[in-house]
Amino acid sequence: MNPSNTAVLLLEDGTFFKGTAIGKTGTTTGEIAFNTGMTGYQEVFTDPSYLGQILIMTTSHIGNYGSHKDENESDKVMISGLVTKKFSNTHSRISSNESINDKLVSSSCVGIADIDTRALVRHIRNKGAMNAVISSEILEIDELKAILKEVPSMEGLELSSRVSTREKYVVAPENILYRVALVDFGVKQNIIRCLVDRGCEVTVFPMNVTSGEIKAFNPDGIMLSNGPGDPASMKDSIKLVGELVALNLPIFGICLGHQLLGLSMNLETVKMFNGHRGINHPVLNLVTGKCEITSQNHGFVISEESVKNNEEIEVTHRHLNDNTIAGMRIKNRSVFSVQYHPEASAGPHDSRYLFDQFIENIKSKSL
Amino acid sequence: MPKDNSIKSVLIIGSGPIVIGQACEFDYSGSQAARSLREEGIEVTLINSNPATIMTDKVVADNVYLLPLEPESIVEILNKHQIDAVLPTMGGQTGLNLAMKCEEMGIWEEYNVRLIGVDTKAIEITEDREQFRELMGRIGVPMAPQQTAKSFLEGKEIAQKFGFPLCIRASYTLGGAGASIVHDPKEFDTLLERGLQLSPIHEVMIDKALMGWKEYELELLRDSNDNVVIICSIENFDPMGIHTGDSITVAPAMTLSDTTFQRMRDMAIKMMRSIGNFAGGCNVQFAVSPDEKEDIIAIEINPRVSRSSALASKATGYPIAKIASKLAIGYRLDELKNQITKTTSAMFEPTLDYVIVKIPRWNFNKFPGTDRRLGLQMKSVGEVMGIGRSFQEALQKACQSLEIGRNGLGADGKELTDQAAILHSLENASWNRLFHVYDAIKLGIPFKTIQEKTKIDLWFLKQIEELIKLERQIEKYHLENIPKELLFEAKQKGYADRQIAHLLRCLESEVYKKREEFGIKRVYKLVDTCAAEFEAQTPYYYSTFEYENESVVSDRKKVVVLGSGPNRIGQGIEFDYSCVHGVLAAKECGYETIMINCNPETVSTDFDTADKLYFEPVFWEHIYDIIQHEKPEGVIVQLGGQTALKLAEKLNRYGIKIIGTSFEALDLAEDRGRFSKLLEENNILFPKYGVVQSAEQAIELSKDLGFPLLVRPSYVLGGQKMKIVINEEELEHHVVDIIGEMGENQILLDHFIGGAIEAEADAICDGEDVYIIGIMQHIEPAGIHSGDSYALLPPYNLGDLVMTQIEEITKKVAIALKTVGLINIQFAIKDDKVYVIEANPRASRTVPFIAKAYDEPYVNYATKVMLGEKKVKDFNFNPRKEGYAIKIPVFSYEKFPDVKKELGPEMKSTGEGIRFIKDLRDPFFMKIYAERNMHLSR
Repeated sequence: MNPSNTAVLLLEDGTFFKGTAIGKTGTTTGEIAFNTGMTGYQEVFTDPSYLGQILIMTTSHIGNYGSHKDENESDKVMISGLVTKKFSNTHSRISSNESINDKLVSSSCVGIADIDTRALVRHIRNKGAMNAVISSEILEIDELKAILKEVPSMEGLELSSRVSTREKYVVAPENILYRVALVDFGVKQNIIRCLVDRGCEVTVFPMNVTSGEIKAFNPDGIMLSNGPGDPASMKDSIKLVGELVALNLPIFGICLGHQLLGLSMNLETVKMFNGHRGINHPVLNLVTGKCEITSQNHGFVISEESVKNNEEIEVTHRHLNDNTIAGMRIKNRSVFSVQYHPEASAGPHDSRYLFDQFIENIKSKSL
Repeated sequence: MPKDNSIKSVLIIGSGPIVIGQACEFDYSGSQAARSLREEGIEVTLINSNPATIMTDKVVADNVYLLPLEPESIVEILNKHQIDAVLPTMGGQTGLNLAMKCEEMGIWEEYNVRLIGVDTKAIEITEDREQFRELMGRIGVPMAPQQTAKSFLEGKEIAQKFGFPLCIRASYTLGGAGASIVHDPKEFDTLLERGLQLSPIHEVMIDKALMGWKEYELELLRDSNDNVVIICSIENFDPMGIHTGDSITVAPAMTLSDTTFQRMRDMAIKMMRSIGNFAGGCNVQFAVSPDEKEDIIAIEINPRVSRSSALASKATGYPIAKIASKLAIGYRLDELKNQITKTTSAMFEPTLDYVIVKIPRWNFNKFPGTDRRLGLQMKSVGEVMGIGRSFQEALQKACQSLEIGRNGLGADGKELTDQAAILHSLENASWNRLFHVYDAIKLGIPFKTIQEKTKIDLWFLKQIEELIKLERQIEKYHLENIPKELLFEAKQKGYADRQIAHLLRCLESEVYKKREEFGIKRVYKLVDTCAAEFEAQTPYYYSTFEYENESVVSDRKKVVVLGSGPNRIGQGIEFDYSCVHGVLAAKECGYETIMINCNPETVSTDFDTADKLYFEPVFWEHIYDIIQHEKPEGVIVQLGGQTALKLAEKLNRYGIKIIGTSFEALDLAEDRGRFSKLLEENNILFPKYGVVQSAEQAIELSKDLGFPLLVRPSYVLGGQKMKIVINEEELEHHVVDIIGEMGENQILLDHFIGGAIEAEADAICDGEDVYIIGIMQHIEPAGIHSGDSYALLPPYNLGDLVMTQIEEITKKVAIALKTVGLINIQFAIKDDKVYVIEANPRASRTVPFIAKAYDEPYVNYATKVMLGEKKVKDFNFNPRKEGYAIKIPVFSYEKFPDVKKELGPEMKSTGEGIRFIKDLRDPFFMKIYAERNMHLSR
């Protein structure tokens, strides 16, 4: 209603939508993508893998249950911008400590609400991923177009260094059973929690750690975290992961960690026309024949072609909707990785067994 | 494991006559199951005693048995057919109970029939609350403290231990029969005794009442490889304390964090896996503590397709019964395709980019004197679902679908302002609590008070408050100066033009014109299971006000079939049966068929039925906009009961073609004066009558007509407020009552022909020729509503003279009314004279019954006649006439224990059954014939 409350969303192809400003007043740019989860907006917004992304939430209502101090995946909102249909400033959850709007504002996240998100998703579904700008201060389309021109493409963009920890830190359970070195490319806190719950003392290393440092640290296993950006642009990290594989320790890679592992094994990654972002993604475990509903968030994927010609790699999981590679392992090593998020948060817990598998690998290694 | 090829022939058990707690959702699931199995080349045999179902049609199953749901009937079928497996999970509790009974009797084993889609151990565990609680304890799923009592004494001891409030639930019962919440120890003894009596094994479960906890349901599917998916999460707007069938529910869950939801998901999966190993559907109910702890407690689990799975299927577009049937014959989820996208996997969890709100439909006015408070025992007779892009829009649309004389939630001048009455209603929830929550907020009663009394989540209350704030803003304007943005916002939030007209103090049509001017148009979005992530192939639409319209209009000739809205007494599944057949017949004639309906329980709202489904209120504005968008040849109104028929006048006024009998003829039949004149002109007898507007006039008229008199308001359904009076005092009282309660000023008085026999005829007419499809004679004497009487097809003791008269009159009236399509005429017969009581130029309640009994597709024929594609003489009628078919009315009195079991001109039955007899010496017939006068009251 209030004209000063208006915001504009402009896509790279010139399509624009007008809506209501939410979050911080300002201008933001990024690659536009959509997430189809009906719960877990806070976990999604604070997931470092979403850095650089303007995110459309397809579910009708966002904000209904506020935000909760224990449900952060990092210390702030990571998405570059938010697009929603209905946005609730008020919430009813008793344990919530602030509204999601306050959280957006304190993380300087610009958003837009009251958008025909369904039309927008259909548009992107057909046109593919592209850059976009949201502004609640500049409403002139031409001016926004000029801003949008300056935004680099996600392809070839390295973003992990912006979210990786600067200093290494340790998270430990009361009873330490194993020591795990985690390379942080933008780790979700729940990966650490899942490891700690299984008796791992987790030492989180910045992404610029050397293989020598890890080797000297002498962990029982190595975790390669998730993170944002184009994996192919991360030459140093690919090299690092290659060296870590050579240490002959159990390794578990998640999402970006999975892609980096693949790249280190001479596989290739490709940008998907539309990524997988949501908490209802079906994955078939080719080893057990069982299915799992998974939480996913990726715009790049290991190419089918490159796997076909690689003798060392065994594909262990596939996405049931488009048959893309969802998990793999290196033959004759206890090294495996998945493209999706077994730590969930947001999302179902069907894939938590992968953490147990990692622990099993650690255990059999120490035998 | 892929499909089990050893299963070549499957028996599906239906749910029998419609009763409260088990309605036409099981016709939907049974029909889907049958189709799903036939797709696989499996021979499907179906048993159900309910003739008004699509599932018992030859178009659905290979072999249909309209037999009582008894083990003897099963044996009869097994003797005739080689059945490999029985699927008992589609017929509700009734179907499951019958399967269990046959299991105990060793019938399945004897005939070498496998039970599929179910695990008998699972049923036993979930039905036996003691065993179930013990199992939940073992797997670490918390439940409310509860204990079983097999005797009165045991019950008393438990109550002492737990303290009040308590819940008493009778074991092995339907829709919460015999369940109650006890606040007051004084009520406990009576309620305990009733629970023990109602349970077939005389056992009750007593549990500590979790009053006010948030209530949720999850719908699960599992395959033989133990893969599990959650199809839908449903949140109850009305928290614990009100039966979920009587609660307003919302999907997806609105106020649940991912953390709590995932905990619930884990628990549900664990529970399903713990109760046994079966492939199929399952429903789990939970309560969540309304505090910072968000503790989750399991309430119950149903290892079968349930009422909620029908709702979940319609809410998400994921056809649970269809997929569950495929899983039952061995398929794995990952081997099946998503039925909406047709390209992605069925192994996934649907995601919604809209909100659905379900509101139950009650019929308390049919049961005077009953306790109208909602509680653990289900009392609603039907439901509606509203789909919108927001909770508010879905809520308004659901309210518009109810047909309770409201135009939505609020903004119609029908608000209650009596503070004391509102507060009382908030605490003692009945059918109208939602409206009173709105009234309370509008009146300024603090949220704290409303929450204390209702325990409704604050988020929902704030959503309603936002609506009231919007209304206050709109009220500041007039039609001339309302800003476009404000009008658009109101439309987006689901307000009907009528509601906005009320706020702007102008006409509905003026609001419509205004939004035309502003270019504010309805758009249609797809229900696609995946929030538009993938392209979908299935034309299942709902309306909203947004940017993009996804409903592409084809260049084919089209016809709209109007559905019958929510089930209620007097208008139930029979009309859905007719609508579905109308759709199928129009398809055969080459039309693109467009279905409009808002009842989630039905086959008509299955997206596989019509070419295009608009899941929308059967409410003028929505219909008109669809017609404007689709531009059909015309609209079929005579299949969807009174709901559809009453829209004929407006359709006619707006120049929209009514397919079949014209509006003028429909109107003539309803207009008592003109219709009587028509009868007179044709020398047809009818009871003396008159129309009055006051009690004074009524008494004056009664002197002329003579007592007894049948008194009723004009234009009602199922004989609402219809009564027989025998003296002036009673007449005065009832007339005042009608005027007071219904605000009706047209009251009809008919001379009641005492001691008459009633009969009715249904016919198809093309304007020139008439074919009488069947004549039914009621067993009870005149005075009992036709829907409540036992009736025989054909008549059992009407002489040739009378039969000839009935036939002649039916033909004369059908022609005189220029009927094109179906007509139903009711007769009273006395002293060999035949009087016409009323004529309904539409598909009646009895048409499906006759079609089933005579094994002929009469609605199909009638639709082709309506469309002008065929003439009556084009059909080769060949009814199967052997013996008699008895129509058995079925009541749900056990849900209204305080109501007297008496019958009169006001209909009270919720469903019907069919029973075939060879001759009149049949003991069942002899029994009901002997008892025919027993329940007659006035």
